[in-house]
Amino acid sequence: MAEVLLQLDGISKSFPGVKANDEVSFQINSGEIHALLGENGAGKSTLVKMIYGLMQPDSGSMKLGSENFRPSEPSKARQSGIAMVFQHFSLFDALNVAENIALGMENPPRLQDLSEEIETVSKSYGLPLGPRRLVGQLSAGERQRVEIIRCLLQNPKLLIMDEPTSVLTPNEVKTLFETLLRLKGEGKSILYISHKLEEIREICDYATILRNGKKVGSCIPRDTSAKQIGEMMVGKSFSSPSRKTRAFGEELLKVSNLSIRTKDFFGTSLSNINFSVRVGEILGIGGVAGNGQDELLSALSGEDKTSPSTIKIFNQPIGKLAPDERRAIGMRAAPEERLGHAAAPAMTLIENTLITSHSEDVINQLGIIKFDNVKEKTKDIVSEFDVRTATLDNAAASLSGGNLQKFVIGREILQKPRVFVVNQPTWGVDAAAAAFIRQSILNLASNDSAVVVISQDLDELFEICDTFSVLTNGRMSKSHNIRSLSSEDVGLLMGGSDLDRKSHDTA
Amino acid sequence: MVIFGIDLVLLISALMISATPVLLAAIGEAVVEKSGVLNLGVEGMMITGAVIGFIFAVNTQTPIYGFICAAIAGALLSVMFAVLTQYIMSNQVATGLGLTMVGLGLSALIGKPYEGIKSPTLSKIEIPILSDIPVLGPMIFSHDAIVYFSVILVATVAFVISKTRIGLVLRAVGENQEAAHALGYKVVRIRFLAIMFGGATAGIGGAYISLARVPQWTEGMTAGAGWIALALVVFASWKPWRVLLGAYLFGGITVLQLNLQAIGVAIPVEILSMSPYLVTIVVLVGISLFGHHTAPGSLARPFHASQ
Repeated sequence: MAEVLLQLDGISKSFPGVKANDEVSFQINSGEIHALLGENGAGKSTLVKMIYGLMQPDSGSMKLGSENFRPSEPSKARQSGIAMVFQHFSLFDALNVAENIALGMENPPRLQDLSEEIETVSKSYGLPLGPRRLVGQLSAGERQRVEIIRCLLQNPKLLIMDEPTSVLTPNEVKTLFETLLRLKGEGKSILYISHKLEEIREICDYATILRNGKKVGSCIPRDTSAKQIGEMMVGKSFSSPSRKTRAFGEELLKVSNLSIRTKDFFGTSLSNINFSVRVGEILGIGGVAGNGQDELLSALSGEDKTSPSTIKIFNQPIGKLAPDERRAIGMRAAPEERLGHAAAPAMTLIENTLITSHSEDVINQLGIIKFDNVKEKTKDIVSEFDVRTATLDNAAASLSGGNLQKFVIGREILQKPRVFVVNQPTWGVDAAAAAFIRQSILNLASNDSAVVVISQDLDELFEICDTFSVLTNGRMSKSHNIRSLSSEDVGLLMGGSDLDRKSHDTA
Repeated sequence: MVIFGIDLVLLISALMISATPVLLAAIGEAVVEKSGVLNLGVEGMMITGAVIGFIFAVNTQTPIYGFICAAIAGALLSVMFAVLTQYIMSNQVATGLGLTMVGLGLSALIGKPYEGIKSPTLSKIEIPILSDIPVLGPMIFSHDAIVYFSVILVATVAFVISKTRIGLVLRAVGENQEAAHALGYKVVRIRFLAIMFGGATAGIGGAYISLARVPQWTEGMTAGAGWIALALVVFASWKPWRVLLGAYLFGGITVLQLNLQAIGVAIPVEILSMSPYLVTIVVLVGISLFGHHTAPGSLARPFHASQ
């Protein structure tokens, strides 16, 4: 029997109007990777903030080892051997790696010595990191390394990780898991917060599930199916999106010889991309983010213009049209970055609805906004897509990631686009919301639209798409009927080779 | 060392004196902005320091008491700004502008009885040995205590900001306030102290005008020095040694154009008078075109520990 490291007993915490945690009790053993699961807003973050001393519980007690534990501030928690890797990294772009790490330590050594230590530790864990590099220039995976190294240097007993994989590429996730398993082998405990069930089933020993602030169950993830865990999280059984076999109509969107030189220093140029999508078809574009996905979306949405005939809708050349002109003829897009790209963070939901509305619907002849109409539309989005918000006047930034994504997708889908392009539709969204979003994409396609889904999540693509291709290094493979592909085929495609022996399914 | 009828030794010596008020105010404001706060009230804190320093120096006949009281007065005025912006969450730009107006008005009111009086001045401190060096000695090592103090202050601020833990925390708070808070640093408290530091140095800078550069009290005598200080901080990309460089450039051209006026060069006086501002603007624009700007990430963003 492993010894108990941290024991939570009846922890409650309220905010005005919400009970964030209600009598939560569980224990974490030494050398255990313990999952804390729940939908967005289930109270996971509040709970770990109390363990880390950023908030204090209203009632209940914690025990670390055999001693009572109630940290009044993060430094007290750190002294007791608790370290935390934040979901939105708590890093400083303008400072270098060593300075960032020093800020998260209680008694940092001189920067000189610290730099050497960082190099040794990071190498020994297989997470190489240059101590003098500016954090602002690091990739998401490297930034997370900074946080992990910062924690490891303090030799913690318990490492809290808040949604660590939401910003990582599949390869980075693999490296992270190796590190976590190694830490576990050293007898450290890890509290792993996530809503990605497959990940949890892969590495966690034990899971505690929260819903609406209450602990609703626990399980050993390896022995429980993802569906069962998902149902515990949501509290009802949710069905996987259902797909009807659809007959495809005529060719709706056609992209031919699309090449774009990227203007972004870190971007990827597109070279000679060709594909077409028919009425009723969902084309899935897989591949690791950063291989031209953003550039492809910009070209389709109209943010980047191309020569007119590169992109055609019903044989009408639209490559030169601006985003609003494309929306007017029924082509809409939802970019990956919800805050700042798909929605303006500081503006209200009503104003965000206005941004992509057809101007005839929302502006009268005098050029004055018909706010009643916009409000009606916003109300429809919120009710039909189950967007949880206090009022329609809430700023977009105040919504949780999943809710905002439902809003963005709903805003575009309710306009009934003929062509819909979406990048990472369910990134960072909990299981129930993801299922809902996928279902609405399927419904849109059944209503005679053509849909392009760009995603890193292969399971997602296989769940909803009819045809599949891969974008690697700015080049796109031919599209294949997704049901004819084996996992070996997908691997080949992801590696950048084409399957010549298979016929192009549109042929 | 006389070039084109201008004595270089006197010029350099005079430019250091001329630049000191702006330098003191700017180095304080650089610290304030490094912590993520924009205080546009520098002019108001300077003029308050000028009048309070003058009053105490005249009444005690000891200039150094004047400077100490000026620092306290500047800091107290900045506390008003700190309470309003850090606790009551008022807008930093509007509050800073208000602070300048309060300072200008208040100083005019309390300085009225002191107009036309001459203040005691600081004596020069000749640094042993160094001041005997020909040319350099009288140029650089023969000044009053505040000139030396201002340079030492720049060096100290530069060292503290880049080499010490306090400086690291200060930069962290200014760079990403949410992250600093998440790591457990007291954002509001650190900013409060930074604002007070900026107030104190602005006060000393103001007092240097009324006690050393001019030495008398006239209403509105800071004449925009606070605004120059604010511009210098940006021009210097928030780097202490560049603040010194910028202040000496501005001070140098101010002195130079006065000299040029005195020897009667054939350039209209109006153009000479505007030249310090003009050159500073040109350099500022030049830097923003070619250099890269690294304003603190959280500059002028309000912070409330509600999350």
